[in-house]
Amino acid sequence: MDSALIPKGVKRAPLWQFTLFIGIVGIVLLWGVYAMVLCWLKGLNQTNMNDAYGFALWIWADLAVIALGGGAFFSGFLKYIIGKDELKNIINYAVLIGFICYSSALLILAIDIGQPLRGWFIFWHANVHSMLTEVAFCLSCYFAVLTIEYIPLILENRQIDKVPFFHNLGHNMHHVMAVFAATGAFLSFFHQGSLGGVTGVLFGRPFGFREGVLIWPTTFFLFTWSAAAVGPCFTLLVTKITEKVTGKKLVKDNVVELLAKISGWMLATYIIAKIIDTWYWAAVTAPESGFSMMDFYTNNPVYGIWILVLEIVIGGVVPALILITDAGRKNKTALITATVLAVIGICVNRWVMVLQVLAVPVLPFESWFMYFPSWQEIATTILPVAYGIILIGLSHRYLPIFPQERELNPIEES
Amino acid sequence: MFPFSFEWIWDMSHMVFHGGLWYALTIIGLGMTFCIIKSVVDTMQGKGAHHDEEHH
Repeated sequence: MDSALIPKGVKRAPLWQFTLFIGIVGIVLLWGVYAMVLCWLKGLNQTNMNDAYGFALWIWADLAVIALGGGAFFSGFLKYIIGKDELKNIINYAVLIGFICYSSALLILAIDIGQPLRGWFIFWHANVHSMLTEVAFCLSCYFAVLTIEYIPLILENRQIDKVPFFHNLGHNMHHVMAVFAATGAFLSFFHQGSLGGVTGVLFGRPFGFREGVLIWPTTFFLFTWSAAAVGPCFTLLVTKITEKVTGKKLVKDNVVELLAKISGWMLATYIIAKIIDTWYWAAVTAPESGFSMMDFYTNNPVYGIWILVLEIVIGGVVPALILITDAGRKNKTALITATVLAVIGICVNRWVMVLQVLAVPVLPFESWFMYFPSWQEIATTILPVAYGIILIGLSHRYLPIFPQERELNPIEES
Repeated sequence: MFPFSFEWIWDMSHMVFHGGLWYALTIIGLGMTFCIIKSVVDTMQGKGAHHDEEHH
């Protein structure tokens, strides 16, 4: 029924099967939308945020999806600026994943500010002394860049492409894409960094506070570095999941291995820098504030030293070692394991830098502040996942996302 | 915020923050304007009217 919309030369699941899949995920999406509407109509009392937790589950999800969406800017940087042309076979998917991640981040912020109708205040009444203002500026502009990068893909739909103006528009946008990609890389560098900087400059929060260069704490650079390292890992992971779900090979191994290799070396260098940063913080920065390192990992029901091991060793050192070795990249199980661990590592990093920072007592008479999100927070955090699955499903079905798909999965004409 | 807004102050913070914002928006705006105008011109010249949908 929808065969006229499906790209030529590729096979797709029957429409009923696709509709059923979208319908099931759509129920989850509606659950999230219901919680979102509750937050907008009734206010932030629908959450478990309080005086101790002004940042809660949403902001963790926000930082996590922004880091995971880093594959778009870094792949674009590698292809258009560095000239790694092989990545043209995966860049569309990186852009789509980036678009989903950044639109999700903006959606989360729209819920988080409580009054989305006042969202424009941050542009018009900007507090130019806040790193979050820079984040808001760069995030919005970069989302515009990602939209511009996604539009040519939509215009390549078989039916849309038949309209001469849209065909020409898609063609012309491809021609100037390097300019947009360079702008995107510039914007990403600053907003990824500033998200890290937000925690790093909190001198009243010794768990997060870091020293650095001029106005930039080390977390500024570590956040950008980690997003550039793990973003491509997430792109590879979602690609592998898509291949599993569709039962087809969509990207050639040499492309996957190239991106995995670059990601692996980025991750390896990042994790060395992170270990040095953590050691300096534990040995110098925290003691200067009157804390020992173990003060941050004891006397509470959740945060033990295990979380540091999970973040740095299991989610950092192990995947980096797998990805920088040729044998690790060529072994499918090891490659997927590495990408999963790297994604877990970055999510744990964002968790501790957002939530553990707030949990740690900073005054002698305080005890640990524990927090559990309300169902509305959980539902609105799952909402972007459902939205992402639906958009990936629709894009994969109707747009030529994977340039190598036809070659890798030839259809025998009957 | 623009320099003619009452909140504007001519200091480094305002210039850097808003300079960066306008710089990015200008590139995005000019880039898209160029693409749209060129596409209109191309379409009027008949380009892309009978292209093979197999080749982009």
